[in-house]
Amino acid sequence: MAVHEKVKEFYRNELVELQNADLYKEERTIFTPQGADITVEYPANSKPREVLNFCANNYLGLSSHPSIIAAAQKGLEERGYGMSSVRFICGTQDQHKELEGKVSRFLGLEDTILYSSCFDANGGIFEALLGEEDALISDELNHASIIDGIRLCKAERHRYKHSDMKDLKHHLEQTQNKRFRMVVTDGVFSMDGVLAKLDEICDLVEEYDAILVVDDSHATGFIGKTGRGTHEHFDVMGRVDIMTTTFGKALGGASGGCISGSKVFIDLLRQRSRPYLFSNTVSPVVVAGTIRALELIGASTSLRDTLEENAKYFRRRISEAGFEIKPGFHPIVPVMLHDAGVVQNMARDLYFEGIYVIGFFYPVVPRGQARIRVQISAAHEKHHIDHAVEAFTKVGKKYGVVK
Amino acid sequence: MAYNEKTKSHYDNELKCIRGAGLFKEERYIESPQAASIKVEYPAGAPTKDVLNFCANNYLGLSSHPEVIAAAHRGLDERGYGMSSVRFICGTQDIHRELENKLSEFLGVEDTILFPSCMEANAGLFEVMLDKDDAMIADRLVHASIVDGMRLCKAQLYNYKHSDMAHLEEKLQETQNCRFRLIITDGVFSMDGDIAKLDVICDLAEQYNAMVMVDDSHATGFIGKRGKGTHEHCGVIDKVDVITTTLGKALGGAAGGCVSGRKEIVAMCRQRARPYLFSNAVPPVVIAAAIKIIDLISASTERRDKLEWNTNYYREKMVRAGLDIKKGESPIVPVMLYNAKLAQDVARDLYDEGIYVVGFFFPVVPQGQARIRTQISADHEREHLDKAVAAFTKVGEKYKILGKKKEEVIAMYGA
Amino acid sequence: MTEDVKKTIIEYVKKEYLDQDSDQVITEDTKLISGGIVDSFSMVSLKMFLEKKFQIKIPDEKATPEAFDSVNDIISLLRQFVTI
Repeated sequence: MAVHEKVKEFYRNELVELQNADLYKEERTIFTPQGADITVEYPANSKPREVLNFCANNYLGLSSHPSIIAAAQKGLEERGYGMSSVRFICGTQDQHKELEGKVSRFLGLEDTILYSSCFDANGGIFEALLGEEDALISDELNHASIIDGIRLCKAERHRYKHSDMKDLKHHLEQTQNKRFRMVVTDGVFSMDGVLAKLDEICDLVEEYDAILVVDDSHATGFIGKTGRGTHEHFDVMGRVDIMTTTFGKALGGASGGCISGSKVFIDLLRQRSRPYLFSNTVSPVVVAGTIRALELIGASTSLRDTLEENAKYFRRRISEAGFEIKPGFHPIVPVMLHDAGVVQNMARDLYFEGIYVIGFFYPVVPRGQARIRVQISAAHEKHHIDHAVEAFTKVGKKYGVVK
Repeated sequence: MAYNEKTKSHYDNELKCIRGAGLFKEERYIESPQAASIKVEYPAGAPTKDVLNFCANNYLGLSSHPEVIAAAHRGLDERGYGMSSVRFICGTQDIHRELENKLSEFLGVEDTILFPSCMEANAGLFEVMLDKDDAMIADRLVHASIVDGMRLCKAQLYNYKHSDMAHLEEKLQETQNCRFRLIITDGVFSMDGDIAKLDVICDLAEQYNAMVMVDDSHATGFIGKRGKGTHEHCGVIDKVDVITTTLGKALGGAAGGCVSGRKEIVAMCRQRARPYLFSNAVPPVVIAAAIKIIDLISASTERRDKLEWNTNYYREKMVRAGLDIKKGESPIVPVMLYNAKLAQDVARDLYDEGIYVVGFFFPVVPQGQARIRTQISADHEREHLDKAVAAFTKVGEKYKILGKKKEEVIAMYGA
Repeated sequence: MTEDVKKTIIEYVKKEYLDQDSDQVITEDTKLISGGIVDSFSMVSLKMFLEKKFQIKIPDEKATPEAFDSVNDIISLLRQFVTI
């Protein structure tokens, strides 16, 4: 046996340590399609329960929407199940180009390149566009996939304090001697449900001559009057150079991601971006589903409007019940509980009250900032939200969080 | 808008250089499902043409198989389109577990964890397993996604000449003072189609106290008597510690990848692998189809047997026709042309003959090693293979490369 | 002294990167990286060898393909850290 006992022992110890520190993640098994109501088995081997799901990125409720499913079925019939190919070999169907065109028009950018996920997109962008003569300036709280993408790039790395425009300005000044500067930020910071200050960032990148990249994964489809994203919300469409986003959240939730921007960047990514050259093309069934998702949200704002209403309603009611939430309007609503133990107890009790949520604590969020991160969906009805608030109130009283 | 003339002209120039060097990749648009015969629009705007596809990773012909499509339909009906969640939040359905168990059983390992792609599996694995006191010892020709995964890991990086077991042994000796050693190799190397000497690697691993990791993306489903992969082929099923592979090639071609192996390693990935923690769960439609596929290939070796027959037939005929193909057993059959422009010209002419292939050149393969990488499928019938050989023969004659050795071709066309 | 160092490096490159039966000639000017003999992935072995041999640490930003492209280039790089 090639693995000697020492190695297994080592890994087993690591796992035990995680359990002891209450950091061990357990999966819960779901027996239904994703939606507002789901059936979950937790703990393992217990009887599955019907619960209301308040922790999915299913913002527009499209993950099991009949229209999306129908489009996916049609895609299966007309274009098959898989391509088994990277894009440039034999992995580009007519509908891939159609999807790229639709995304470009929706986001208001020149061109788009698809990836098998936004994780891959972020992994493949910086290295393809920048070299050691350049500088990358990134918000310290950016998504893990951006951090990994930056680690693969040779440009000089700078991090600015989260959403701190003064610090961003400082880094821009510091890097004026570099060939190009690229500023990268999440559009929405997913632990807090807070938007990046995109208007101020656009001003700064113009003043200091930098390329701006925004990862809008928690915004595409529902932020902004017509759901185009944070750039629409801040009225800076046309001033953001490059956007990366996912189809794995609001736009259906299956898979896929993309980078959109000026044609010359996209052309170069097609020639150089490693995940694009070495990873499988987006499957025909997902392309078909995503095209339909874009058609739906392009035709009407009713889904994003419902989501906005729901988010407003939940935020109001949960605050009125006495809970502390991070201020904002985004459907990500962090209910701040501060103590990790309280978070875990409440999340567990809420589950037994029929409300499925997830608690976050150190190291995912800073110490003392533990929270239950509620995510609202357009698929939620008012009574779902009422039930959630009631459950939170009941459990919150039990742990002395509210009176 | 910060993007100004200076940036635009810089990138415009980069593109010009790529075009000038003859290295520009163009996409062709396919207007049908993936199969042995496809409809292609090339150049853009031209009427579509029916051509035979010899460059897909569709080894078992399952990418548009009716039973797979039926299973995908059922998956959509019963479990929906997407999960919009990472696995550990609300992204795990019963079928995810079912697929992980089936994969474990098929591959002959203790446990399996799914990733959105094998690229992400490779990106996340090493960082989870190893730290700065450890050593990664990789074959020099491992897949790009493994290279990226290794770059994200703090362990010391060693590599050995491609498939050179004596060199590997030297590196194992050199790293004896490291805490753990991990030998890293592709099972089947994707550019040359050669198979790793996994039996020797496992012997060395045992001798020098190292773990073995294999990326079997171009092997799972069809290499080995029952298609379990390179470890079955080399008789070392219990000796490989961790396998990464994809569902995006032989096993359906849609999406998905996994890490399979010792249960402690898989458990560590579930807790710590960044792509697992931060990337979307594999969608139900893919899970349902993949379950069906594992069932199909576990029940019968019919497809991998046909692929094997096709491969042997094609290789033999191509050699007899005088094409310079890399020797081997896998359905990856590189036709060596060495010069990038020649590879592109030959590919274009083959397209006119109804055979769809693509030229590979720098940076995908080393400079001076351009080729057309043909890939055989269980979907190919004998007449498809004959047509391909005939087309290669005809085009080969035009460019006067039949029966010529490497030096002769380079002398004619440059490197 | 420099000639000895050059010889050592050339011997290492031959052993580490060429097949046993290779007839590739390596001189102090041979383009190692841009000539495709050593790719950027396997360059790390050369870096480790130099660091060990000369008891130095070459910072990552200096370990570029250009700095390693020929034996002469490597000598220039080494001179930043050690007298040879």
